[in-house]
Amino acid sequence: MGFLTLNDIHHTYFTKTSATPALRNINIDIKEGEFVSFLGPSGCGKTTLLSIIAGLIQPARGCAMLDGKNTGKTDSGIGYMLQQDYLFPWKTIEENILIGPKINGTLNHAIKTETLALLDKMELRNVLTSYPKQLSGGMRQRVALVRTLATNPKLLLLDEPFSALDYQTKLKLENLVSSTFKTFNKTAILVTHDIGEAIAMSNRVLLFSQRPGKIHKIFDVPENLRLLSPFEARHHPAYNELFQVIWKELESLEPEE
Amino acid sequence: MNPKNETEQLHLQYIKRLNKGHKQIRFYQLLIFLAFFSIWELASRKNWIDPLLFSSPSKIWELLQTKLTDGSLAANLGITLTETVLGFILGTLLGTCLAALLWWSPLLSKILDPYLVVLNAMPKIALGPILIVALGPNLTSIVAMGAIISIIITTIVVFTSFREVDHNYLKVLQTFGATRFQCFKEAVLPASFPTIISTLKVNVGLSWVGVIVGEFLASSKGLGYMIIYGFQVFDFTLVLLSLLIIAVFATLMYQAVELLEKKLIKNG
Repeated sequence: MGFLTLNDIHHTYFTKTSATPALRNINIDIKEGEFVSFLGPSGCGKTTLLSIIAGLIQPARGCAMLDGKNTGKTDSGIGYMLQQDYLFPWKTIEENILIGPKINGTLNHAIKTETLALLDKMELRNVLTSYPKQLSGGMRQRVALVRTLATNPKLLLLDEPFSALDYQTKLKLENLVSSTFKTFNKTAILVTHDIGEAIAMSNRVLLFSQRPGKIHKIFDVPENLRLLSPFEARHHPAYNELFQVIWKELESLEPEE
Repeated sequence: MNPKNETEQLHLQYIKRLNKGHKQIRFYQLLIFLAFFSIWELASRKNWIDPLLFSSPSKIWELLQTKLTDGSLAANLGITLTETVLGFILGTLLGTCLAALLWWSPLLSKILDPYLVVLNAMPKIALGPILIVALGPNLTSIVAMGAIISIIITTIVVFTSFREVDHNYLKVLQTFGATRFQCFKEAVLPASFPTIISTLKVNVGLSWVGVIVGEFLASSKGLGYMIIYGFQVFDFTLVLLSLLIIAVFATLMYQAVELLEKKLIKNG
């Protein structure tokens, strides 16, 4: 049994006039320290699955277990990063990054020092008293990363965190996230519809098909790519090879629509 | 000339232009003010308008001086101002609390929805006689008038703003294990401050309406009473004096709210 186990998860969305199956038969085992990507067309239930893992919604059937505990419980040790930074505009950067420990009541001097040091490591200096709107998009997403890491989560869920950024910033941030997670040996799940990003960042790529969302195929990223930083990986021949394979697989999914 | 100096020069010119524009606006504002009162005075003296009905600035000024010296104005103003400020604070506070309660319990908000619509549509002023009989013809009933007139609309507007807070802010907090109260305190309430402030601005005007009407109905003191009394004895100088004083103090209250806005919304 893995660090994170998704056991036979099913989910359905209901409206007055319809019941839409969103997820079917999701079984995944993720090891500690692993970086896994969920890749798939929009509407394949990736974000729904992420919300289930985070314990924000209850699946219709099945369960998500992290370290042997159901993730639905509070204090589950999961960090969640969204498509946009969602920093609170009325809080200073310092208040923003310390909101996690403040909410779960663990805020103390040591955690504060640690979090501020992390901010420093992200090359964000002299921003503590600034407000989010005074920062650039890339800086804000780095602050959001610090905020997510401040509670020292065991598992990080990244819901297309780079999609709102310009290309250059996105590449830089990919490197930063990748190296940070490797340093702290964090387990992470990245949701994306960018094949390149999925290959460059992860150990495994899970390809989802849609309606209802299920795991279509699993690709293991070759060892030599994993050891490279995302930016370097993008220039490796093995990267292109895998890209083509996944691309074809994605194309084969489309006629089903 | 070196480039740094040039930039400074351009900046100075920019500031100069800005100041000039500002002065121009102030000039025309003052011009309108003076023109209004001069024409009023002139028209009244030349009998272009009925001096009995419209009085004149000089007569109002004289009355102001007498009323100031005999202390009756200060007393009346003090009472009305107290009632209005109390009604205003009470209305906004209770309205916001009610909105928070509705946000807290979605079920309650659905149940109460039609009642809120009815209460909002009903002219609250019509409750005046009932309030006065129930609470007695005193400060309490008039403060209640000032509050009741703004409470429902505050509830509706603030509750809508609570509900429209971007759900992702709550998601961020929920992943940290936030309780519903923490979500409210850290995200919902601060995100709604701009709306609450604009409700405050509307409520300043509403509270004055409530209190003045309340005084029309019941009081023997206050600016509303001065207006009604002036009307009954056909002393329109007194009516206009009260009206002008209300205008001045309503504006001051509005300015105070704007000051609060600057303090509360730091990131604006």
